Amino acid sequence: MDLIFSNAVNALFDPMTAAYAIAAIGIALHFGFTGLLNFGQASFMAVGAYGFAIATISFGLPFWGAVAVSVGLSVILAFLLGIPTLRLRSDYLAIVTIAASEMLRYIVSTTSAQPLTGGPQGLNNYSTEFYGLNPIPVGTYGFWNFTYSEREVFMRIVSWTLVVLFAIVLAILVRSPWGRVIKGIREDEDAVRSLGKNVYAYKMQSLIVGGLMGTVAGILFVIPRSVQPGNYGTQLTFFLWTMLLLGGASTVIGSVIGSMIFWGLLSLSDDLLRAGVDNGVITFLTNDQVGTIRFMIVGLGLMLLVIFRPQGIFGNKKELQFNG
Amino acid sequence: MANEIAKGPATPGVAKHDPILIVDNVRRQFGGLVAVDVEHLEIPRGMITALIGPNGAGKTTFFNLLTGFDTPDTGSWTFNGTKLSGVPSYKVARMGMVRTFQLTKSLNLLTVLENMRLGAQRQPGESIFAALFKPLWAKNEKAITVRAEELLKRFKLDAKSEDFAASLSGGQRKLLEMARALMTEPKMVMLDEPMAGVNPALTQSLLEHVKGLKDQGMSVLFVEHDMHMVRNISDWVIVMAEGKVVAEGPPNEVMKNPAVIDAYLGAHHDSDLGADKIAKGE
Ligand SMILES: Nc1ncnc2c1ncn2[C@@H]1O[C@H](COP(=O)(O)OP(=O)(O)OP(=O)(O)O)[C@@H](O)[C@H]1O
Ligand SMILES: [Mg+2]
Repeated sequence: MDLIFSNAVNALFDPMTAAYAIAAIGIALHFGFTGLLNFGQASFMAVGAYGFAIATISFGLPFWGAVAVSVGLSVILAFLLGIPTLRLRSDYLAIVTIAASEMLRYIVSTTSAQPLTGGPQGLNNYSTEFYGLNPIPVGTYGFWNFTYSEREVFMRIVSWTLVVLFAIVLAILVRSPWGRVIKGIREDEDAVRSLGKNVYAYKMQSLIVGGLMGTVAGILFVIPRSVQPGNYGTQLTFFLWTMLLLGGASTVIGSVIGSMIFWGLLSLSDDLLRAGVDNGVITFLTNDQVGTIRFMIVGLGLMLLVIFRPQGIFGNKKELQFNG
Repeated sequence: MANEIAKGPATPGVAKHDPILIVDNVRRQFGGLVAVDVEHLEIPRGMITALIGPNGAGKTTFFNLLTGFDTPDTGSWTFNGTKLSGVPSYKVARMGMVRTFQLTKSLNLLTVLENMRLGAQRQPGESIFAALFKPLWAKNEKAITVRAEELLKRFKLDAKSEDFAASLSGGQRKLLEMARALMTEPKMVMLDEPMAGVNPALTQSLLEHVKGLKDQGMSVLFVEHDMHMVRNISDWVIVMAEGKVVAEGPPNEVMKNPAVIDAYLGAHHDSDLGADKIAKGE
């Protein structure tokens, strides 16, 4: 039992949770504050993952060079997605982003791209230099069920520092006059235009910055594992949206807490169900089914949330009253 | 009155002594319907000009065209000596020509005060890089807030400044939209039915506000169906029907013009409501 709860606590602070949180902060900027429907945050994460890994493996770039390549590619992707759609109604961006992210996933997994992207097998061995930056001496740290290697400690510190950093950047931006303009665009872009603001440029900036967060998240996500094309499907994007809505779309902290709750609950329900199956308490499930059932439980939880707290956990109830 | 503003007799398209806006051959067609077809029109500077006409006459479409919210099939126009054809709407606003909308566009989940601040121009904090460093824009923000609060007081919205705009009544939203437009410090204000849905008690103060704009040196062009208001505050009246300017002149003369009465009452509809008829009517 102890182990089940310590697994869940571990999930709360896992680097993967942090990576999802950063990507979700990006779509909070897109959707929660600018009103942009980006259903392709997975593609920005893929650009981060592949850009970083390919620049390191195939082009032998140093760590920061590889990061810079990913960032550059991310900005290019934002322009490619934004230029044809941001002058149109908001649903066009939704369609284009979802299509583009699926296309990107198919392209990187084709065998003809294999020399560069590894095709269906993906990529690995690109994190050596990152871990070389680790100042923490070799050893195991922590206590009880919470012990980590020096690499795991380093990864957690870097990931969560970045979460805090991006949350602060978002908080500063949305409280600034720039944030006022994008919130105005979310409400009614023609009104903002009539007041002399270049709405298109603001939407593009928001798309770029939120996309960059997705890209950084993509790099963090693959550092402790390998790059797998299968990870960048629509499911990834919808998990991010789930986290965002869980916490509250128009909040800064909501996406972070949303990500923690999401992974914490998944881990908890998984462990509890498995324990139940192993002890014979739950007889109508097999261990293989548990992996799927837990997503159903999270889905059910989300439905209950939407019914009883539609503004998300941290959202402002007052804001929602006016939408109806 | 007519010769104080116009150079000749008050016929459609008459030249003005000091026009702020000059329109030539602006035409907009929606499928088979010609919504706007204005051959020549001049709007006098520093005056209150009313644009009237029956429903569907093309007044709102004309506003949209002039302010860059819609693109005409043909035509050109100059504002304050600058050619505006093809200029995007946000640049039009920056040049000093600001408009409000017939269907009020309040930014609901922004507070009343934030709505107002958004109207301000040249706030460096609206650039994404400067936004990150508050000292770069805090001073401007203070000045903007002072100006916004003054305007809110004038429009009797100061008690609401911290409320969401969504919580305002329809009439209060009209007031907010107008006040917000003034935050841009415009040279010309274009109001699309500022009185629609505003209660009579408020109408009087809104009339005073519009007159006040003129006193501050702004030019006003407004669309309105309330003839009482048109008569009361406008220096000049332009009448549109079926996309064309069918009459213009000082309010008292225009109201007597048979072409105007026809346009409103629908007599001789579709047949002979043309420029010839008006010329004869003069
Ligand atoms: N986007 C559009 N597509 C097709 N037809 C349009 C469009 N916008 C306006 N129209 C048509 O153009 C004509 C002029 O419309 P407009 O809104 O300019 O009239 P208006 O003078 O402002 O009327 P009202 O006094 O009722 O506001 C109408 O017949 C309308 O149906
Ligand atoms: Mg209209």
